[in-house]
Amino acid sequence: MGERLTGAVRRVFGGDGLQGLMIQVVAILIAFIVGAAVLAITGYSPLDAYVSMASGAFGSSYGVGQTLTQATPIVFTSIAFLIGLKAGLFNIGIEGQFLMGAMGATLAGIYLDGLPWVIHVPMTIMVGMIAGAFWALIPAVLKSRLGAHEVITTMMLSYVATHFTSYLVNYPFKAPGWVAQSVKISGSAELPRILPPTQLSAAIFVAVMITAASTYFLQKTIIGYELRATGLNPSAAENAGISIDRSILVSMALSGAVAGLGGACEIMGIHRRFIQGFSPGYGWDGLAVALVGGLNPVGSFFASVLFGALRNGGMIMTRATGVPLDIVNILQALVIMFVAAPKLIRALLRREQ
Amino acid sequence: MRLELVDLINTGLFAASIRMATPIAYAALGGMFSERVGVMNIGLEGIMLTSAFSGVAASYYTGSAWLGVVAAVLVGGLLGLLHAILTVKYSGDQVVSGTGINILAAGFTAYMSQVIWGTRGSSDAVNSIPDLTIPVLKQIPVLGAVFGTHSPLVYLMPIITAASYYVLFKTPLGLRIRAVGEHPTAAETAGVDVYRIKYMCVIFSGMLAGLGGAFLSLSHLNVFNKGMTGGRGFIALAAMIFGKWMPFSVFGASLLFGFADALQMRLQSLGILPPQIILAIPYVLTVSILAGVVGKAKPPSDYKPYERE
Repeated sequence: MGERLTGAVRRVFGGDGLQGLMIQVVAILIAFIVGAAVLAITGYSPLDAYVSMASGAFGSSYGVGQTLTQATPIVFTSIAFLIGLKAGLFNIGIEGQFLMGAMGATLAGIYLDGLPWVIHVPMTIMVGMIAGAFWALIPAVLKSRLGAHEVITTMMLSYVATHFTSYLVNYPFKAPGWVAQSVKISGSAELPRILPPTQLSAAIFVAVMITAASTYFLQKTIIGYELRATGLNPSAAENAGISIDRSILVSMALSGAVAGLGGACEIMGIHRRFIQGFSPGYGWDGLAVALVGGLNPVGSFFASVLFGALRNGGMIMTRATGVPLDIVNILQALVIMFVAAPKLIRALLRREQ
Repeated sequence: MRLELVDLINTGLFAASIRMATPIAYAALGGMFSERVGVMNIGLEGIMLTSAFSGVAASYYTGSAWLGVVAAVLVGGLLGLLHAILTVKYSGDQVVSGTGINILAAGFTAYMSQVIWGTRGSSDAVNSIPDLTIPVLKQIPVLGAVFGTHSPLVYLMPIITAASYYVLFKTPLGLRIRAVGEHPTAAETAGVDVYRIKYMCVIFSGMLAGLGGAFLSLSHLNVFNKGMTGGRGFIALAAMIFGKWMPFSVFGASLLFGFADALQMRLQSLGILPPQIILAIPYVLTVSILAGVVGKAKPPSDYKPYERE
């Protein structure tokens, strides 16, 4: 498997600065053009759909607030994905780690009751991060010790997490009533809303902090350097005395912790309880966003706003025009595929000239 | 209610195992062909899902389940072609391209379900493929109950497995396929068109996964449900690794995963454990098998994009 990882990062992402950014912009444009074709063929007006999406996402302060609300969890999941990929690992089970973090935070928020919020909030966040890290460490250990491919194991464990958390809110921790959800977390574990009536919460500040912290970690620390070296060329890294196994464990633990943090913030800031199926697929958004953001945290932050706008504007568009919301996932997938093949974009651009 | 072991383990369970192994085995064989030429196909899951949808849509519009199967195979082949264009021609990353296909499949099928049937959850019921009963086999006790009546797509599975083995190991084409995977440069020097073989195998991989998808929606059921493949494409990848990229072993491994799926369904109907816990069984088994049994299995090719000098 070591062979396969050689230059995984380099392969995914040409790593050629400005030209790289150009590729993302073109990829997004092409995705929207193909999306317009899908809309037109299925009998919707692409113009109406995109206009209502854009005005819903950015047309009012309420819209902007909701766009940032939708962007917040994606900042976490995209940074989680890129930390894994920097070390050459495809952690495609972010969704599961996000859910486990959300569940951990929910339970800490409910049962560590009676603490002042200055203690309760950080403790709840910690539990969420640990739960996410734990869930990501399972495939990390299986890979470093036994060579089990992380793409399959992280994905399978994501399904397990979905069913397991669903079990918890259907049986042991089910709130009275018909809905599969937990009871509310204690008020001392909540992150405050900062722009009512939107759902935007202080979680956005946590997202900004994690963006800065992960940039620093990847660029300025020795462990961050070791992860990047492993991702760029594992055999060279090993020759330089870097332990591949350690890189795998560290990057997956951090990746899971950030995903878990995202789940925790989503519960503490938005839902205040674990509701079955509350995530519309933030883990998958993270993957697309990390690629669009050029596999760096700051880029991911801004790409998250774009995808938050897609999700938020998409909901408004669905209400206004009846276009199925799933067009958002189609657009996202198209972006991923075009970003996956920078050569394709370059070939297209060359033909234009 | 007292639960007897015979309620759980009986001929019905084994018949269901064979049934549930079928979609996994088609996708796993597909994955094998793709990986034999050095292209990892993470998109099997999405290809199955899109094909399951396309099959139902075609059956809905034409009234013919078999035309549905044809549509499913064609769409599977098209998605295989897309994966090949991105990864073989433009050296795009295989995991990213495959993941893109998976997300595209989830979005596209849910979108089109709403366009066609107006619901996000599931399609209308359509004509499905009737089961086939093998006359003499059906009379034999036990064996008859397990093997006697199945979808034609179930009976086709071992035939395709045997044919795959024959083609891969007994024909010049198979030799070329293996050469392209193991040593593309040498193959090219010997006059093999590496790109052509790669395209062919990846497209064929999509067509096989498409058959698996068609089985799910047109044979096992007669509707399309959102996300109905439920990770079987990934389980198929595990079966492919467990079967060490050899056709008969891959088929055998698929039977094991099919058994887990059948057991899960049986436990579900008996209602002795919470459904969410039972649903997790096949995934836990897949992770355990990948970790325990096949850890260091060596793939037949190194997943590097091939680029001509």
